[in-house]
Amino acid sequence: MAVTEHKTEGAPAVTPAGWQPKIVAFCCNWCSYAGADLAGTSRLAYPPTVRIIRVPCSGRISPRFVIRAFQRGADGVLVAGCHPGDCHYSTGNYYARRRFLLARRFIEYLGIEPERFWVKWISGSEGSKFAQVMREMTEAVTALGPNRKVREAE
Amino acid sequence: MPRIGVFVCWCGSNIAGTVDIARVVEAAKDMPHVVYVEDNKYTCSEPGQASLRASVEEHELDRVVVAACSPRMHEPTFRKTLETAGLNNYLLEVANLREHCSWVHSDKDDGTEKAIDLVRMAVAKVAYHEPLYSLSFPVTKRAVVIGGGIAGIQAALDIADSGHEVVLVEKTPTLGGRMAQLDKTFPTMDCSACILTPKMVDAAQHPNITLMAYSEVERLDGYVGNFKVTVRQKARSVDIIKCTGCGICFEKCPSKVPNEFDLGLADRKAIYVPFPQAVPNKATIDREHCLYYTRGRCRVCERVCEAGAIVFDQEDELVEIEAGAVVVATGYEQFDHSVYGEYGYGKIPDVITGLEFERLVNASGPTEGKIKRPSDGKVPETIVFIKCVGSRDESKGVGYCSRTCCMYTAKHALQTREKLPGSRVLVYYMDVRTAGKGYEEFYKRTTEEYGATYVRGRVSRVYQKGDKLVVLGEDTLLARPTIVEADLVVLAMGMAANEGAGDLARLLGISYDQHNFLTEAHPKLRPVETNTAGIFLAGSCQGPKDIPDTVAQASGSAAKVAALLSRESLQTEAQIANVNQELCSGCLWCETTCPYKAISAKTITERVHGKEVTRTVAEVNPSLCHGCGACLPACRDGAMNLLGFTHQQILAEVEAVWR
Repeated sequence: MAVTEHKTEGAPAVTPAGWQPKIVAFCCNWCSYAGADLAGTSRLAYPPTVRIIRVPCSGRISPRFVIRAFQRGADGVLVAGCHPGDCHYSTGNYYARRRFLLARRFIEYLGIEPERFWVKWISGSEGSKFAQVMREMTEAVTALGPNRKVREAE
Repeated sequence: MPRIGVFVCWCGSNIAGTVDIARVVEAAKDMPHVVYVEDNKYTCSEPGQASLRASVEEHELDRVVVAACSPRMHEPTFRKTLETAGLNNYLLEVANLREHCSWVHSDKDDGTEKAIDLVRMAVAKVAYHEPLYSLSFPVTKRAVVIGGGIAGIQAALDIADSGHEVVLVEKTPTLGGRMAQLDKTFPTMDCSACILTPKMVDAAQHPNITLMAYSEVERLDGYVGNFKVTVRQKARSVDIIKCTGCGICFEKCPSKVPNEFDLGLADRKAIYVPFPQAVPNKATIDREHCLYYTRGRCRVCERVCEAGAIVFDQEDELVEIEAGAVVVATGYEQFDHSVYGEYGYGKIPDVITGLEFERLVNASGPTEGKIKRPSDGKVPETIVFIKCVGSRDESKGVGYCSRTCCMYTAKHALQTREKLPGSRVLVYYMDVRTAGKGYEEFYKRTTEEYGATYVRGRVSRVYQKGDKLVVLGEDTLLARPTIVEADLVVLAMGMAANEGAGDLARLLGISYDQHNFLTEAHPKLRPVETNTAGIFLAGSCQGPKDIPDTVAQASGSAAKVAALLSRESLQTEAQIANVNQELCSGCLWCETTCPYKAISAKTITERVHGKEVTRTVAEVNPSLCHGCGACLPACRDGAMNLLGFTHQQILAEVEAVWR
């Protein structure tokens, strides 16, 4: 199998050629999930790397979901909600913002590159932003290579 | 063991074009608890739904995954299908194969792989689904309308006409609001008072309307259908049942105060009725200026009042009103002119605002309708109108257009030329916006028939020179500076939100924008609702509006209220937060995160090792909970869960991303 060398801290890792990352995205129902729907209705292509999990509000997303996704082998995790001030439930995304500021530090502490964890505000009218974020994130995570740090035995 | 059925939709070629349906079907058959899989050309069509119903029965399915378009599209459709198939309608999960997969990917292998993952995630989640039920609760058939301007009056009348009780709460001593201060209304030049005052009387006399003037909403508890509104009935120092409105008290009162209704262009007394057509036509004592309250003696009004209506020791009264719906119609204020120092308002007496001009041209105003300069009472010869003051001016923090100023300035220009045919009228403008029925024609008449001169450009400065006002501006069409010596300058002030709008919004639990205008639930599709169920908006509290738009929105709000109040009961959300009281330690962090005040402390008594123990736990009010789930990550004990989106369900989805 053809391999390309990939550099991370510590031991050099190898990334199989043609490897595609798997990204788990937690999207709030009212903005980001709708934004992803709009990307679809507008036929805006993005890499098939993302698996979207629908939640009512970004405020409902528990940091343990993010950690669990990394444990199971997610190469990237996205938390997406309404723009600050636009939360369908008025304040949920403010809680999300604070929680994930802390969660990001914890993820770093676990030894996972913080660049694997993204928090984005994507409104229901921002289909193109959703597609753009997915393209950028896929590119960034591909550059990092597979997440092996906290992955449990396969 | 769950018995899950998976229904994969082709959506014609929308999904089947990029996703190999046969492979998805084969893969789904091997997923845990899946006992039946079928594919349909269009699952949402009647044959598709019929097939789903039949399969539920034939294969004794107790949970269903529909792999089709976005759940935001057809989840309600399939929930109904499940219901007709005899299943609880929450035993459904939708895998989004169209918007999130086939429409954004072109490679069939990639698309199929992803589709299989999405179906696996939905299957994993649905296995944890439980039947969910809505509770129903009764509706109090009464509405509270806050604000007694034209918006509030119209909303109250329409709701009352639909047969429901209304309590109309007005902050000032009288109904009428801003519209009562206006002289004529564009574009028909109807006299504002002539079309408004009959409505004020109608509202006061309507058998279904209770009028609470000189009152303010102080508290709102409860939820849609079951609000409890606490209103402070402020002390008027007058018994409104005894007061006949004869006026002898304010004739004799010795204390003069600038009249707010005339914007200080005339005086009123400390005991007063704001204007002659006030409803209710009852006197009010302004305690800040009354000699008895400030210096302890006078009581002239008490001596002259034949009805014996003066009650000096009257106190504020708190009234609790139960209501099913609330309409907010609190109106607007003129933009704060003090930021326009360059126009000299407040320093130069002959620089006035549009609303002051309304009082000047009004036959019942301080000059009895004669246009005179406030400084010396001279009839002005050259009058300059400056538009967009406090409107479309980013430098002053108002980017928005106030929508009414173009038209009311055209009206003022027309009225000036009509009343003073020899006068010279100059209007400085940026654009003339006349979007409304008959508006453009009206503006044309102002310039063509009545001869008002429109100058395109902004005014940079106004200053006094002798008894003239020098107006420095620019004519951008001719690209040259202009200098005009005017006698009177009228600033077409924009509309701003009421000073207390933000406080009111917080009190009611509704949202407001950066300019403190109250926010509608959706700018296009839900323009009269707020994000809080049961609270509606009418008029310019939501954004600048002219009278026709205000009345239309008020009637729209009233229709929404009538529809709500005509229901016997309402259903709660089924997907709401739920406390496991055995795990709950009663820290109540959840209570602080809840935006709907749906969580409260509850004391429970239980037997532990044969002893009775009393402890505090959290409790969710299902009528108030919207199911956002913000309380879940806040819960340290893992006692809080969200029905339909439980921890187990979401973690199952996460796990299922990998086979």
